[in-house]
Amino acid sequence: MHQFEYLKMENKKLEELQQVIVQPSNPKKDQLLETFKSLDYSVEGEYYQNLRKEALAEIAALELPTSGTEFWKYTRLGKIVNKKYQVVKGKIDSIQPFLIPNLDANIIVLINGFYNAELSAITEQDGIVISSLSEAKQKNVEQLKSTFNQYTKNRNELFLAINNAFHTDGVYIQIGKNKIAEKPYHIINITTHDNILAQTRNLFVADKNSSVKIIESFVNIHGKENFINSVAELIVGENAFLEYNKIQDKNEENYTISTEQVYQNANSNFTINTATFNGALVRNNLTIEVDASNCETNLSGLYLGKNNDHIDNHTIVDHKKPHCNSNEIYRGVLDDSSTGVFNGKVFVRQHAQKTNAFQKNNTILLSDDAVSNSKPELEIYADDVKCSHGSTTGQIDEEAVFYLQSRGVSRKSAINLMINAFAKDTLEKVSIDALHNYINTKIEERFA
Amino acid sequence: MAYSEDELKKELKDQEYKYGFTSNIASEVIPKGLNEDVVRLISTKKNEPQWLLDFRLKAFAHWKTMVEKRWAHVSYPTIDFQNISYYAAPKGKKEVSWDEVDPEMKATMDKLGISMDEQKALSGVAVDFVFDSVSVKTSFKEKLGELGVIFCSFSEAVAEHPELVKKYLGSVVPSTDNFYAALNSAVFSDGSFCYIPKGVRCPMELSTYFRINEANTGQFERTLLIADENSYVSYLEGCTAPMRDENQLHAAVVELISLDGAEIKYSTVQNWYPGDKDGKGGIYNFVTKRGICYTGSKISWTQVETGSAVTWKYPSCILKGDNSIGEFYSVAVTNHYQQADTGTKMIHLGKNTKSTIISKGISAGFSNNSYRGLVQINKNATNARNFTQCDSLLMSDHCGAHTFPYIEVKNSTAKIEHEATTSKIGEDQIFYCNQRGISTEKAINLIVNGYCKDVLNKLPMEFAVEAQKLLEISLEGSVG
Amino acid sequence: MLKIKNLHASIDGKEILKGINLEVKAGEIHAIMGPNGSGKSTLSAVLAGREEYEVTAGSVSFGGKDILELKPEDRAREGLFLAFQYPIEIPGVSNINFLKTAINETRAYKGMEPVSAKEFLAMVKEKSALVELDAKLANRSVNEGFSGGEKKRNEIFQMAMLNPKLSILDETDSGLDIDALRIVAKGVNQLKSPTNATIVITHYQRLLDYIIPDFVHVLYNGRIVKTGGKELALELEEKGYDWIKELI
Repeated sequence: MHQFEYLKMENKKLEELQQVIVQPSNPKKDQLLETFKSLDYSVEGEYYQNLRKEALAEIAALELPTSGTEFWKYTRLGKIVNKKYQVVKGKIDSIQPFLIPNLDANIIVLINGFYNAELSAITEQDGIVISSLSEAKQKNVEQLKSTFNQYTKNRNELFLAINNAFHTDGVYIQIGKNKIAEKPYHIINITTHDNILAQTRNLFVADKNSSVKIIESFVNIHGKENFINSVAELIVGENAFLEYNKIQDKNEENYTISTEQVYQNANSNFTINTATFNGALVRNNLTIEVDASNCETNLSGLYLGKNNDHIDNHTIVDHKKPHCNSNEIYRGVLDDSSTGVFNGKVFVRQHAQKTNAFQKNNTILLSDDAVSNSKPELEIYADDVKCSHGSTTGQIDEEAVFYLQSRGVSRKSAINLMINAFAKDTLEKVSIDALHNYINTKIEERFA
Repeated sequence: MAYSEDELKKELKDQEYKYGFTSNIASEVIPKGLNEDVVRLISTKKNEPQWLLDFRLKAFAHWKTMVEKRWAHVSYPTIDFQNISYYAAPKGKKEVSWDEVDPEMKATMDKLGISMDEQKALSGVAVDFVFDSVSVKTSFKEKLGELGVIFCSFSEAVAEHPELVKKYLGSVVPSTDNFYAALNSAVFSDGSFCYIPKGVRCPMELSTYFRINEANTGQFERTLLIADENSYVSYLEGCTAPMRDENQLHAAVVELISLDGAEIKYSTVQNWYPGDKDGKGGIYNFVTKRGICYTGSKISWTQVETGSAVTWKYPSCILKGDNSIGEFYSVAVTNHYQQADTGTKMIHLGKNTKSTIISKGISAGFSNNSYRGLVQINKNATNARNFTQCDSLLMSDHCGAHTFPYIEVKNSTAKIEHEATTSKIGEDQIFYCNQRGISTEKAINLIVNGYCKDVLNKLPMEFAVEAQKLLEISLEGSVG
Repeated sequence: MLKIKNLHASIDGKEILKGINLEVKAGEIHAIMGPNGSGKSTLSAVLAGREEYEVTAGSVSFGGKDILELKPEDRAREGLFLAFQYPIEIPGVSNINFLKTAINETRAYKGMEPVSAKEFLAMVKEKSALVELDAKLANRSVNEGFSGGEKKRNEIFQMAMLNPKLSILDETDSGLDIDALRIVAKGVNQLKSPTNATIVITHYQRLLDYIIPDFVHVLYNGRIVKTGGKELALELEEKGYDWIKELI
């Protein structure tokens, strides 16, 4: 059973769901779970402990994905699950290398899955709550009851369930009603040691009529064979605006499974931009539930693979209500022996009439050893809709290269010019100038 | 298009599934159930050589170890394989001349509009008629024989051309390929066999007509088509079944071999009984069709799928040879509670291989219609090209239209383009037709036919007209 | 032939036509002019039977029948033709097949036999010459890949084939160059007879140099505010639509 099955599951009776089937023990799964044995959640209230217990039952019912698991068809987890990990709080001296030039932002630092208040720099703003998730669990119980872990249950994804059960800490941002965040929030999510398993858990809530822009950089300092299994829940209130920019730039010996669960209320606008520059194994699971009318959803992603990188983007846009628009574009440039995977799914449910949903995936292969797997999917149950997807895989347009050559540009420069243009076009929706420049500079450095 | 209005009107009055009659033909049906003895019994009944029995037993042994995979976007109850009879054949000896054919059988053929009488056959289509599990009659055999073309029932081919059958059977669809292909390999009863010799351009359309008649039987036919170097053949396949309240299983395997420079055009009009408007009854159509293309050869699949309660079918091309070409043109219509999960696989292995996929899905009523297709460019397939266009048309707000393409590229010189759209039938278009005096129902027929034109054009003429009528009948009363 | 009395119509609850009165007799050409948003296209859509528009008051009789009760296709079969401002493309359906279906459905409605292939082809040849439409276009998909001018000429070609009693040309001149305009007008003029009538809806006077109207009506804010002879069009052209605003 893969994640899409949750659609069917919604219709099942509760008692059926409660009949938990416990899968036979799997040594690799057990080894992974062993990592969390020492963790102690007793300081958390009973409410949160119960949520963790529910997740434990989910974990028991789920198997490690294999090549036969449709949802993991193109991504083998051997690299991740064959290793032993530890959960350790880390320390760093300076976050300077991870700052984005010319960006005026609130800085939040997460190290190895733990919130670091000392390195964080936040300007307080009236009507905005910002704290570690663990602190929010104590202080903002009422708010968290309607938000935290509300959209991440029973998704039939083992790694999401593992985070539900064993997440350490992360950041909680709540933008109050009618509040406009003055500065973007830049979360620097760092891993430090060898064999770290970091389980960050973030919760972002934009209340009615509010507006906020968030950046999260996933980076590492030292350390190899690190595994981050991060989860973010994003709840976009009525008429609210939320932009989430995700920069993945961990070195090639790091593994990432990253889940964003997004829930959109009426008239809201949600934009996510994902730039993946590196990663031995990166798997992004993005699910956006558009559960109200007149919403706009934008998803963009750029992935640049080199060496043995494996970058996998799975997206689901689930249109449940009428009159919504979604636009999706993911582009990949794959060099050396890297692999790119794109699986984009658009659901349009029966009541989601007048939905316009567009999806595009374009990939350029720069090497004969690079591999691209693309699976753009439409699953449509309403009739008055306009949906389309397109996918192209190929090389740089040789005629354009020739045209540039005929104007005196060297072949190498011509190809780089073309790749730059191809890549930069992808993340047009990044609205923070300093970040946009930063991404463009990184693209230029890569293809110079 | 060359159909007359009158004919069409008559057809349209005939709203129900018109092939839903049962023929009262004495037949021999073996008891329900499946085990090794049944496999042996089928083989014995057919007087098969040991190697073929071995093929069956190996397939059966493997099948027993397999679990039915349920990844397709269709749902149906678990099939009780012990509650099916695996062999049904009209009684009596195998007919040799037309005069000896059972009159009831002749009447059935007439009702189906199949012309077997070579004297009367004007259409110039050679036909093999497979009734339940057995090939009944093949026309134009002698005439084709003069060119060296072999066109006969599968059993006959086993007896008369064992070397060809032995060489190619299971060479494209191994007996272990998938659950239903394995089942078919174990229990297949009959089917069509065709061989076109080197350099021969087959002068007429070859056609197989499949008919399930007996209740509680499954139909497991096997088609093997070999086009030798630089030959050409156009092959048609049609299917119908009686209206019955229970579901019946049809699990066929079709293997095409297109040797160097050959071209095979394989067209299907699939109109198995789809079940009634409440989703009761109908055929489960689980078919494995695959062809292999050698150097410079071509396979072109065209299908018009309007029947069956559940369809699961992916006619595919393995583009093994350099410069080979694979094509897939499909129209799939689902209405009422029908479910279809169909598409193709284009496996590019050779250099400069090209494939084209045009798929048009139409969903109406409460049906679900999915396109599932794989385009795989392997490491050595330099300069491979694929173009895919799959469009879905929605006719009601209770149906579903889905697109599941898989695009796997392992060579940087590949150029792959995939486009898909899903939309409602255009209200503006309907109004424009209305304003010219055309009723809404007729307007929908026009628009749907226009939408499918790129595919219908690929069918041989006789089939194109039939397919067009079928589309209209299938969508009767679907205006939503 | 056509009698419109106190016609009110609205879309999405917004009233666009606010009491139209108009009578068209056989043999007449009427021009309806007016600024953008005055309700010109709404009037044609309501007469042809577009469902989005709700008729809230008034009546329309055509050849003695209350056409507001009829389905769009029956209005067409009764002889009401609308040349669309933006002709619709129907991919894969040839012009010929489209017209044959239209003609035969109309004939069936009237209890007539279908047209014979020979008669039909002769008609196609004759009528396509009338609008200087390349015979090849007849075999192409309806309006697909046609230039703007070809689409409009195709509308007049269809009109000639269907031989309606009343033709409504909705901004047929918009976006046409002078040659295309001349061809379209020539077609309309040649089809004119004592038994049929035409309503020309236009924003510009230019078309009326080629199709001479018997009456010119000025539509403003959902009502006909002025009616006159062909000279009214010239006056309107000269003084502009602001002049109308001053009149009311």
